[in-house]
Amino acid sequence: MGLFKMPSLGSDMEDGTLVEWLVAEGQAVKRGDIIAVVETQKGAIEIEIFEAGTVGKLLLDVGETAPVGAAMAEIVGAGEAPAVASAPAAQAPARRAPEPGPVAASPPSQVPIASGERVLASPAARRLAAERGVDLASLTGTGPGGAVISADVLSADTLSADAPAASTQAPEAKPREPATRRGLAMGEMRKAIAAAMARSKREIPHYYLQHTIDLETATAWLAAANAERAPPDRLLMAALLLKASALALQRYPDFNGHYIEGEYRPAEAVHPGVAIALRGGGLIAPAIHDAATLSVDALMAALRDTAQRMRAGRVRSSELSDPTATVSSLGERGVEGLWGVIYPPQVALIGFGKALVRPAVVDGGVVPRMQVQVSLAADHRASDGHRGALLLNAIDKLLQTPEAL
Amino acid sequence: MTEAELKAVLFEEIATVAPEADPGAIAPDEDVRDALDLDSMDMLNVIAALHERLGIEIPEADAPQFFTVAGAVTYLAKRLG
Repeated sequence: MGLFKMPSLGSDMEDGTLVEWLVAEGQAVKRGDIIAVVETQKGAIEIEIFEAGTVGKLLLDVGETAPVGAAMAEIVGAGEAPAVASAPAAQAPARRAPEPGPVAASPPSQVPIASGERVLASPAARRLAAERGVDLASLTGTGPGGAVISADVLSADTLSADAPAASTQAPEAKPREPATRRGLAMGEMRKAIAAAMARSKREIPHYYLQHTIDLETATAWLAAANAERAPPDRLLMAALLLKASALALQRYPDFNGHYIEGEYRPAEAVHPGVAIALRGGGLIAPAIHDAATLSVDALMAALRDTAQRMRAGRVRSSELSDPTATVSSLGERGVEGLWGVIYPPQVALIGFGKALVRPAVVDGGVVPRMQVQVSLAADHRASDGHRGALLLNAIDKLLQTPEAL
Repeated sequence: MTEAELKAVLFEEIATVAPEADPGAIAPDEDVRDALDLDSMDMLNVIAALHERLGIEIPEADAPQFFTVAGAVTYLAKRLG
């Protein structure tokens, strides 16, 4: 039997608070299943499991905070006898029943984060209550141990005169509405960015390189490819830039990995973190897994799915924990160039500015050409400028044969 | 479909892509990309949604028509009419 532990979602994470279990005791799970939602400094993150088995005892209650590495649940491997006799598979409650504790009516006792007068409530409920001006202390919680959950806040808010449309759900509705349960906490995210970037600038000896890439061929190829495609199947230049970057990172492993405890460790696969700006501020760079081996179409689909989920505040644990380098692309509404700050413990950031038509010299004459500026911010502890130049040149070369990407 | 109905459909699809955006608050000839902070992925998603919902072809070359509310509504009316 194994233990499912609180994952580390970045070097800056110390602990996480359970928002919701998405599995029940006795339920079968497979690799990649999302089993819980945990509130971290980066917001509410969907936590995946990376082994198959059956969920044993759930060791963490909704609202409880646990440090990275703490056991969250028991996982019974295939073929093992379940250790939890009281959890037959057929009986699958949506969440753990309230503990028949000695003082079920006095809420704060079982919550480590509680400090005396603090009301027992899930983080999502707290945020929702703050947004809507609902006093948590005035509510009767229906969650585990009497915790106030989102549904309680929604139902209380419905009773008030100026209830917005979103609060028309029945009080017993499961608190699964993306806008309430999930979401990235902006204030906390700003702090997390500040901590990571300050550490980066303090510890990482950055060096920078810059190169101009002609995109005439890639632009023409993209237009021809998209002309035959319905809108849902169309490609964006961002997908080509990402694929070329991923292939180049694969070829030059000194930029694809992590610098940990005084030592550079190249990664085995290429999982570029793709910087996505969130509306209203904030930035997140989830990993696109195995980008070097994905087709451009698959990469485009992954980009699309990832951007939509990030903006809906639905982030998966693996996306935050394992990017091997960062690719940041400003897109058509950006500016010409960007100079990245490496996200530790990564060692490189590839930055694309906005593609635009500029005068260029071709065969002795000045002609308008579509170009993009690409930059590399790299960690001098792991590589040198010569290798960095090879990396950027490789990206350039790859983009000259877009059909081969 | 009247222009008012098309506008409502357009606003709905923009709201799906950018829930906090308020397309009703911008001028008809304003660039929605700047006014509502929509990037190329967002615009592609809006066009894809309109393509599926209204059952019309929207060639990539026509995408610039969707940069303003007025342009998009006129374009959709013409394609549907």
